[in-house]
Amino acid sequence: MAHEQWQTQIDAYLDGELNAEAMHALDAHLRTCPACAADVLARVQLKRAVKTAGTRFTPSADFRSKIQKQIATKPRRSWNFGWTLATATLALLLVAGAITTYIGRQNLHQQQIYSELADLHVATLGSPNPVDVVSSDRHTVKPWFQGKIPFTFNLPELQNSEFTLIGGRVAYLGQTSGAHLIYQIRKHQISVFMFPESAADSLGNSSGVERRQTFNVETWTQEGLRYVVFGDAAPEDIQKLSELLKSTAKS
Amino acid sequence: MCVSVPPLKTATFEELAMPLFEQLYNFAHWLAQNREEAEDLVQETYVKALRGYSSYQPGTNFRAWMYRILRNTFLTSRTGLKAKMTVPLESEEDGGAPVVADTQTPEAILIDRSNQALLHSALEELPVHSREVLLLCEVEEMSYQEIAEALEIPLGTVMSRLSRARAALRTLVKQKLEKS
Repeated sequence: MAHEQWQTQIDAYLDGELNAEAMHALDAHLRTCPACAADVLARVQLKRAVKTAGTRFTPSADFRSKIQKQIATKPRRSWNFGWTLATATLALLLVAGAITTYIGRQNLHQQQIYSELADLHVATLGSPNPVDVVSSDRHTVKPWFQGKIPFTFNLPELQNSEFTLIGGRVAYLGQTSGAHLIYQIRKHQISVFMFPESAADSLGNSSGVERRQTFNVETWTQEGLRYVVFGDAAPEDIQKLSELLKSTAKS
Repeated sequence: MCVSVPPLKTATFEELAMPLFEQLYNFAHWLAQNREEAEDLVQETYVKALRGYSSYQPGTNFRAWMYRILRNTFLTSRTGLKAKMTVPLESEEDGGAPVVADTQTPEAILIDRSNQALLHSALEELPVHSREVLLLCEVEEMSYQEIAEALEIPLGTVMSRLSRARAALRTLVKQKLEKS
């Protein structure tokens, strides 16, 4: 076999991916070829160096325990109590279990919704045609949704504000249709989602702007609708846009 | 090489998934390149995996399954979408020129513990599709088959990507050593 052909096998040899026969053949070649042996040595050193350098990041103990709690399987309880105590404990455990399960499910459900909204936001901005109605005029964008979604809404007047309306599209959360509007402030694009309140009732009202899925988010319900303002703009900008939407919805 | 043991039918999700926590986090941090995003990525991976655990086939490779979820989650994230736009120019199946060590000045010999920072920055500069395949092979010691399952690419592509990733890393290291 030509020298170059042996060299093409060295990576698979060092990764343990050669079959036994090819492994023995290359072993024998290495004993008689100083150039290939030096090549093997250099590649082994690079492999070791990458292994060491690549094992670099360690999660914090807090983060570990957070994840552990999220996925924990409940431990079994010992029942070496008197009957009364056992019954009381059982009742308490059942209540606590139900509450924990409820809270756990709520948290999981919330995570799922934010994850879906993040996907919608990112996929829309990554699309060559992010919106289906392209207009900065709210009187063009709002009527476009007529007959496409099961509710109507008011959009804020943006004169004298830094925000610009880019346009809108129909979005789906679960199986419910809603409005997805894109606003721009400086170079940041912000998604505003509006769905019937029942589509995301586990979200609750955020206390101001929160960090979710690495984005800044504010959400609330108003007049039977769930509003979610979502983007990578500064929290102050998310809050300003939320305030504009809230005051318009009231009027 | 690490051989994955088929999980027992009675194993809970927690028992299977938590031993992978540190390595998944390390991999996530290399992909996302910041702590906050890495934590979000790992958290979302565990939430999705727990949700889909009933569809997981016992006996198949659980580690590759978890890495696949993490990587798919990354690819739909903002950083991941940007990374997806950086695609290899050469044909995926073409292994390219073989990586040949320079026996006169083998740069690998210079890579010892004192050059960790240099190697870190070289790894960070690699495109995501090169960095991920290299980390799965060298750090996680996955077999080519396991890498193919985790990245959802054919075996031949694993080999060609690895070959290119190693060549690119050696070039980067060499350039950095010459500058320093």
